[in-house]
Amino acid sequence: MLEMKLVSKRFGLIDPYSIDDFIANKGYQALKKALKADKLDLLDEIENSKLRGRGGAGFPVAIKIMALAKEISQPKYVICNADEGEPGNFKDRYILEKDPHSIIEGMLIAAYMTNAKTGYIYIRGEYSLQIDIMKNAIKQAREKNYLGEAILGTDFSFDLEVRSGAGSYVCGEEFALLESLEGKAGRTRVKPPFPTSRGLFNKPTLINNVETFATLPVIIDIGGKEYAKIGTASSTGTKLISISGNVLKKGVYEVPFGISMRKIINELGGGVENGRKIRMVQLGGECGPIIPEYMLDMVIDFERFEEFESKTGAGALIVIDDRFDFFEILKRISEFFTHESCGKCIPCREGNYHLLKIIDRFVNYCATEKDMNLLENTAMVLHHTSLCGLGQSAPTAIISALHYFRGTFQKRIEASLSQEDRIYAKN
Amino acid sequence: MPKIKINNLEIFADPGSTILEAAKEHNINIPTLCYYPDLHINSDCRICSVEIVGQKGLVTACSTPVKDGMDIKVNSPRALNARRTITEMILANHDAHCTTCIRNLNCELQTLADNLGIDATRYENILEPKAIDTSSYSLVRNPNRCIKCGRCIDVCQSVQSVSVLEIIGRGRESVVSPAYGKLIADVFCTYCGQCSSVCPVGAITEKDDTDEVWKALDAHSKHVIVQVAPAIRVSLGEDLGLPLGSIVTGKLISALKMLGFSKVFDTNFTADLTVIEEGHELINRISNKGVLPLITSCCPAWINFAEHEYPELIDNLSTCKSPQQMFGALAKTYYAKRENIDPKDIYVVSIMPCTAKKTEARRPEMSVNNEDPDVDTVLTTRELAKMIKQMGIDFNNLRESNFDKPDEVTSGAGAIFGASGGVMEAALRTVKEVLENKPLKILDFEQVRGTEHIRHADVEINGATYKVAIVNTLGSAREIAEQVKTGNSPYSFIEIMACPGGCVGGGGQPYGTTHAKARERMHSLYQVDRLSKIRKAHDNPAVSNLYTSFLGNPSSSIAHELLHTHYTNKR
Ligand SMILES: Cc1cc2nc3c(=O)[nH]c(=O)nc-3n(C[C@H](O)[C@H](O)[C@H](O)COP(=O)(O)O)c2cc1C
Ligand code: SF4
Ligand code: SF4
Ligand code: SF4
Ligand code: SF4
Repeated sequence: MLEMKLVSKRFGLIDPYSIDDFIANKGYQALKKALKADKLDLLDEIENSKLRGRGGAGFPVAIKIMALAKEISQPKYVICNADEGEPGNFKDRYILEKDPHSIIEGMLIAAYMTNAKTGYIYIRGEYSLQIDIMKNAIKQAREKNYLGEAILGTDFSFDLEVRSGAGSYVCGEEFALLESLEGKAGRTRVKPPFPTSRGLFNKPTLINNVETFATLPVIIDIGGKEYAKIGTASSTGTKLISISGNVLKKGVYEVPFGISMRKIINELGGGVENGRKIRMVQLGGECGPIIPEYMLDMVIDFERFEEFESKTGAGALIVIDDRFDFFEILKRISEFFTHESCGKCIPCREGNYHLLKIIDRFVNYCATEKDMNLLENTAMVLHHTSLCGLGQSAPTAIISALHYFRGTFQKRIEASLSQEDRIYAKN
Repeated sequence: MPKIKINNLEIFADPGSTILEAAKEHNINIPTLCYYPDLHINSDCRICSVEIVGQKGLVTACSTPVKDGMDIKVNSPRALNARRTITEMILANHDAHCTTCIRNLNCELQTLADNLGIDATRYENILEPKAIDTSSYSLVRNPNRCIKCGRCIDVCQSVQSVSVLEIIGRGRESVVSPAYGKLIADVFCTYCGQCSSVCPVGAITEKDDTDEVWKALDAHSKHVIVQVAPAIRVSLGEDLGLPLGSIVTGKLISALKMLGFSKVFDTNFTADLTVIEEGHELINRISNKGVLPLITSCCPAWINFAEHEYPELIDNLSTCKSPQQMFGALAKTYYAKRENIDPKDIYVVSIMPCTAKKTEARRPEMSVNNEDPDVDTVLTTRELAKMIKQMGIDFNNLRESNFDKPDEVTSGAGAIFGASGGVMEAALRTVKEVLENKPLKILDFEQVRGTEHIRHADVEINGATYKVAIVNTLGSAREIAEQVKTGNSPYSFIEIMACPGGCVGGGGQPYGTTHAKARERMHSLYQVDRLSKIRKAHDNPAVSNLYTSFLGNPSSSIAHELLHTHYTNKR
């Protein structure tokens, strides 16, 4: 069995509008267990689990939770990042709409460990159904005293609200998200300080991804050490993978880390439509690397992903078959980032547009060797100097493409030259 | 203390300092662009990117705290390449016609590009030209030269609390502009011009009126006279190659004569007059239980701010015109009569450290014949420096000249008007001596001097204690105004200046004015005061003469007509 359903175990089995269904399926039991436990022991469990963030950057979760727990000032906030604005990613949507209480439960556990009293779930505006489901879940949880004052008769209080995003991709970046929650334009901040010391309204704040929170009850349930046995040494546990593009069975599948991409695509995704050939696969979403077909035996693993200088572990596989022009794909990606750049820092604001212009020259068969060098240089500068993750990861696709598909670039340059010759010959 | 290496030099850095601060401390230069000493760290331009050995990406020196063991390479090939590439990107979206730009040879972007040795950009120019905002009398905004460094937004918001500038739009479409893309004249801009002072490039500048002045100087029918504000004599030198804080009064007068002005007068004279009028106003209000605290009115940016944001305080404002406008009114009445010149032929130019003065001169109230402005044209320190350069004057080697009558005598009290706390001190010298009716023993009111944005002092006059406050920056003015508005102000007299440090830090002063520079200029002004023969406004014989021969008494009806004004609720 390829799939391993820990976070997604209730998907499709319960009515997301019914808290009773959730409770009947072991829901809120991890919370009850946690409320009886010592907070330091709980932190140990998280640390032992070696859980890393599921929102893309893969930052160790225990470090952030401990940092927040250490802050003595109040208020403290716990925020769930459900912005999921990156094309090709939709696993958070599945959790929101199929098992909303698992997120609430995870946030409650995090809040309990850190003494936070207020939480927000920042859901992208387009997810209107999911917003509705989440609001209903919060209401029901409050009615049953899973949220609110003196939760389940303990002295722990915590409440939660849904906020919806204005719709731009960069609002998923944690600092931009905080700005947006504060009612300002969604632009990142200068760092440090980091959110755990100065986050929402400059108060200590924990921000994690939907899937990260939904994993916490699993860890409390089975224990950190048990959890760490799943997956690989550097990447423990399971991961929800969004598969899209030219596969037969697009969707979200939960697998343990360490499974090869080829297996996921062929066995879960059902392979490529009409038996065509895979030209390339983009990992993680628009901001991830593009790899050729022969690399698909690589396994899903944070460390392997980082070899691409890519922090992207959000878990998307976008499969592109041989009908599509390589440069058209790159162009589409560049257009996306040119449009989504918030404009705060110069490399990302200016650079993405130049990348787009240069790629356009490849699309139109008028590129030169110089263009390729400039493309490479610009992409690296963006990657190294942009202020936030958007600009830093925007050129990942191009950088990886230049690495794995250099021949394709060279061929296009040659074709451009001969095209020019043809034009000269005509005149 | 963290031990770090910068360019192989081992240094001990202050804990908590950034890489940039540590480098500066040890005279290692790291290029910056959006960074400005008195403002927040924005970290937007990424020019100060440096390499830390062993780290994959680059970090910005302005925002990265030092850590023990850091090995920093400021000019590693990667850092240098990044810096050059980013600069080329800026230039590719910039109206880089330097020779026709007001900032030519005085521009941070130009200097950066020059230092990096950039002669061509590898990128296609992608500038989409936008309209230039010339809607106001004070400031011009040229979006085609804006590099979106955010400095202007930061001063306007966090120093001045006015917040008319912001980034609108996203990504490549973003522009720095008043909200909704409005024109400057259509928002509540106070025209303090601090934005133009911190802008690294030619994107926000004063409205350049030098051509108007050249034209007037060329017109034979015009009698063109000029007044010079106190703060100019301690700042102009900087723009002409002299050290910070140089006192250049004599050379400045010679230069103005060479430019062709018929008479060169000192605004210190009408500053002295302001002290007399405002001093009497204060005495009247105290003895007749009038509206207190009395708040000074010589800063037009503060007046604009008060009319828009605190109209409740209009009765607290001194009715005195600013020294610039007192001069204008007298020039077109008293002076015209004395010299037997038709006021219509007199053309009054002011040299001010200030962009707000340009708009002040256009207020309809500031016209004695209700037709022409009393002050025809206002130039900033920078514009005057430009004219001196245009004329090819070797400023440093000029001989010194004196001001023309009747202003040849001015007091040190008028001179310190250019420093925050100066108006207060000048007024106290007069009010205390007049009320106590015996000569002041100590002329230096040290307790009102300084650069903190809000300062208080207790002043003893005739046994009674009066609380006074000195405020600079509009952000601090807001705090104090709130107090007055809610009736909780303990003060009798408040001096408010919009610019950090007062006019020495004015929005029309040489580009790159910082708190530290303003402080130096302030020291020089106090030196001018110390060296003055007369240090109290009411001791100025020229002022007394003006009262006997023309105005009568302080607060007389003619004084009121010419030297006082009124304010409007503009909310
Ligand atoms: C441009 C950009 C968009 C992002 N969008 C999301 C998002 O939609 N959801 C998310 O969880 N994290 C997103 N992130 C990552 C967050 O900044 C942050 O690292 C994450 O929420 C931390 O949670 P985790 O540690 O649980 O992964 C984004 C980052 C960048 C740079
Ligand atoms: S990298 Fe892009 S999205 Fe991030 S701050 Fe810079 S301009 Fe904005
Ligand atoms: S702002 Fe600077 S770089 Fe731009 S045109 Fe003016 S002088 Fe040149
Ligand atoms: S106008 Fe000047 S100070 Fe303001 S953002 Fe543009 S370049 Fe910076
Ligand atoms: S403080 Fe001086 S320079 Fe600044 S706005 Fe006021 S009068 Fe002008």
